[in-house]
Amino acid sequence: MASVEFRSVTKSFGSFTAVDHVDLSIGDGEFVCLLGPSGCGKTTSLRMIAGLETPSSGQILIGGDDVTGLHPKDRQISMVFQDYALYPHMNIADNIAYPLKVRGESQEKRHARAQEVAGVLKIGDLLSRLPSQISGGQQQRTSLARALVYPSRVYLFDEPLSNLDAKLRLEARGFLNHLQRDMGMTAIYVTHDQAEAMALATRIAVMDRGRIVQYAPPIEIYRRPATTFVANFVGNPPMNLVPVTARAEGDSVRLSADGVTLAPLPLSAGLKAALAAGPTLTLGVRPEHLSVTEEADNSIGGKLFANENMGPESLVTMERPDASRVTARIFTDDHVEVGETVRFGFAPEHVTLFDGAGTRIPRDGEAGL
Amino acid sequence: MKQFSLLSRRAAALFLTPAGLLVAVFVLLPFFWVIVVSFTNRTLLGVTAVHPDFVGLQNYIRLFNPSTFFTRGQFGSSLIITTQFVLLSALIGQALLGLLLAWLMQAIPPALKRAVEAAVIGAWILPEVVIGFAWFAFLDYDNGTLNMILTALGLPRGDFLLQQPFWVIVIFNTWRGAAFSMMLFNSAFSSIPPSYFQAADVAGASSFQKFRDIALPLIRGHVVTDLILITMWTFNVFTPFLLTHGGPAYRTELLSIYNYRVAFKDFEFGQGSAVGVIIMLINLVLALIYLSIGRRRSKAEREAAAS
Ligand SMILES: Nc1ncnc2c1ncn2[C@@H]1O[C@H](COP(=O)(O)OP(=O)(O)O)[C@@H](O)[C@H]1O
Ligand SMILES: [Mg+2]
Repeated sequence: MASVEFRSVTKSFGSFTAVDHVDLSIGDGEFVCLLGPSGCGKTTSLRMIAGLETPSSGQILIGGDDVTGLHPKDRQISMVFQDYALYPHMNIADNIAYPLKVRGESQEKRHARAQEVAGVLKIGDLLSRLPSQISGGQQQRTSLARALVYPSRVYLFDEPLSNLDAKLRLEARGFLNHLQRDMGMTAIYVTHDQAEAMALATRIAVMDRGRIVQYAPPIEIYRRPATTFVANFVGNPPMNLVPVTARAEGDSVRLSADGVTLAPLPLSAGLKAALAAGPTLTLGVRPEHLSVTEEADNSIGGKLFANENMGPESLVTMERPDASRVTARIFTDDHVEVGETVRFGFAPEHVTLFDGAGTRIPRDGEAGL
Repeated sequence: MKQFSLLSRRAAALFLTPAGLLVAVFVLLPFFWVIVVSFTNRTLLGVTAVHPDFVGLQNYIRLFNPSTFFTRGQFGSSLIITTQFVLLSALIGQALLGLLLAWLMQAIPPALKRAVEAAVIGAWILPEVVIGFAWFAFLDYDNGTLNMILTALGLPRGDFLLQQPFWVIVIFNTWRGAAFSMMLFNSAFSSIPPSYFQAADVAGASSFQKFRDIALPLIRGHVVTDLILITMWTFNVFTPFLLTHGGPAYRTELLSIYNYRVAFKDFEFGQGSAVGVIIMLINLVLALIYLSIGRRRSKAEREAAAS
C-alpha cells in the first residue's frame, strides 16, 4: 500500500478547467472519498491517479514517487469502473484472472488465485459463466475481484455501486468497509452519494467545480461544514440555511429574520470579522436538530407545507413567510397537520453560522469535536 | 407476432413494380439467357451466330479438359491465378493491412483520425479508371513516378509491369481495397467501450495483449464479414485489366479478364457464357457462406441480448 499526493494539479479540456489547482494528501491505508455533484471533476481526478488522464499542470505522487508521466500499467494500481468493464467474451474466471494472464502467470496459478478471490467475494460458483449470465451485483463483485487479484499500491473506485439497487448497494457498502479494514488498503473512492461517503471514508474530500472545498473526516464534514455548499450537500436531508441580518449590540450579536427568534449570541472574534464585511449572514441548522415547539425562543416559525412519514420519524417541511423552506426530522408521534402554523425549535449550540461569502464562522476556542 | 409495417401491401406492391420490372429485364433475363447460351456454340460471326446448335455440356467439358487445364491462358490457369490473387491481395493484403491501420488509428488523436478517415474515403471513392491510369503513370518504365524516385535515389529502374506483373496487381488491389477493411475494422473497434481498454491498461496489459485478448475477439464477427465481402469483390475485380491487360503472356489474367477475352475478344459467346456460369456458381457459394454466417451471428446476438 502507498500514499497518494496531488500537488497543485490542474486539468483542462480546451478552455474548460475540470480540476483546478487541487492539493490533496492521502495517507497510506486511508479510505478517501471524493464527494461532489455530477461534473465537479471527481472522475477526472481519479483517472489522473490511474494515469488514464494526464494533468495539464502539477504533479501526482504515489508512495512518494512522481508518477505524473507514467503509463497506467507501470503504476501498480487497481481500478473498479462504474460500468464494471467486464469482458463479455471471457468467463468470470478469465475476467478475474486477466491481470495475472497479462503478467505471464501460468493457467494453473491463475485459476487457483481467481478461485480464491472469487470465494472471498462469494462468486466462486459462477466462474464458468459469462458476464451476461450473472446479475448486476455479481458483475460488480467480479469487477472488484479483478481489482483485488493482483497486488496493488492503491485501489481506485469510480462510483462502483451506482448501478446497483438500494439493498445491494447497502450490502456492498458494508462489504467494502470490511475489506478495506482487513487489507489495510489505500482506497480512493468517487461518489456523489453523501451517505456512501459518510459510511465508507476515513476522510472525505468535498469537491465543487473542480476545487476541493473541504477535506476532513466524515464527522467533521457533518458537524463543521466549511461552506454553505458542503452544508447543503451533506446530510439527508441537508442542513437548513436561513439568511439572517446581524446587528452587534455591545458584547453580543442579535440575528433577525422573518419568523426567526434567536437569543443574542456572544460577539466572538469570528463573528466580528464576518460582520466587518457586512450584516448578512446565513444561519444553518440540521433537520435532526429541530423539533416542534410551542416556545418562541430559538425557533423558526412558518406554515406546515409537507409531512412525510418515514416510519419512526417524519420529515416535516414548513414554508417561511419569504417562501423558503425549512425541514425538520421529528418523531412521528409529534403530530402536526399540513397548513397549521408551527414553530421548529433548536438548541443554540446546534447553530452553524456562515459569513456573507458562505464560509463557516468558527466559534471561540474551537478545537476538538 | 404482428409485424410493424410502414406501408399497406398494395402501396408497397405499387412502389416495387418499376424496380421489379427493371430487375427482371436487366438482371434476371440476362441471367437465364447466359445459362441457356452456355449450352450452345453461339458465336458473333458465322453460321452459329444465327443458328447456334445445342451442344450439351461440351463448353463445360472443354473448360475442365485435363490436358489443357493448367496451360497458360486457359481456364484452370486463370482460376489458380485468381485464387492466389484473392489470397494474397484480399485476405492477407487488404484484411491484414486494414486491421493494422485500424488498430493504429485507435491511438491517434480524434482530429487526426478524422482527417485520415476523410483521406482514405477520398482514395476509395475515386473512379476505377482514374485509379488505373494513375497507377499506370506511377509504374511506367520511361516516365513513371516510381522510376523517377528510384533514379533520384540512385537505385536501378525497373519495368515492373513487365517483370513482376502479378505482384503489381496484388499490391495494387491491396492498396485499392485496404481502405474498406480499415473503415470497417475502425468502426468495429470504436464500438468497443473505452473502459475495456482502460481496465486492461490499469491491469498492466501491453498494446499487443489488448489487441489479442480484447479487441480481436470482440470484432470477430466483423472480421468474418469483411473476409467474405472482400473475397467476393476481389474474385470479381476487373480493374487490374487497366494495368496489365491480363498479360504479359496471360500471367495476370484473372477469371473476370479471361471471361472477357473469351466472350468479347474471341467472340465465343457459348464458351464465355459457360465461364460466366461457373463464376456465378462460385459467387453463389461464397454468398451462401456469407449469409449463413450472418444469420448464425444475428441469432447468437439475439440470444446474448435475451439472456
Ligand atoms: N474528455 C473530456 N473532454 C472534455 N470535457 C471533459 C472530458 N472529461 C470530463 N470533462 C468535463 O469535465 C468535467 C468533470 O468531469 P468528471 O470528472 O467526469 O465529473 P464527475 O465529478 O461527474 O465525475 C465535466 O464537466 C465534464 O464534462
Ligand atoms: Mg464521474
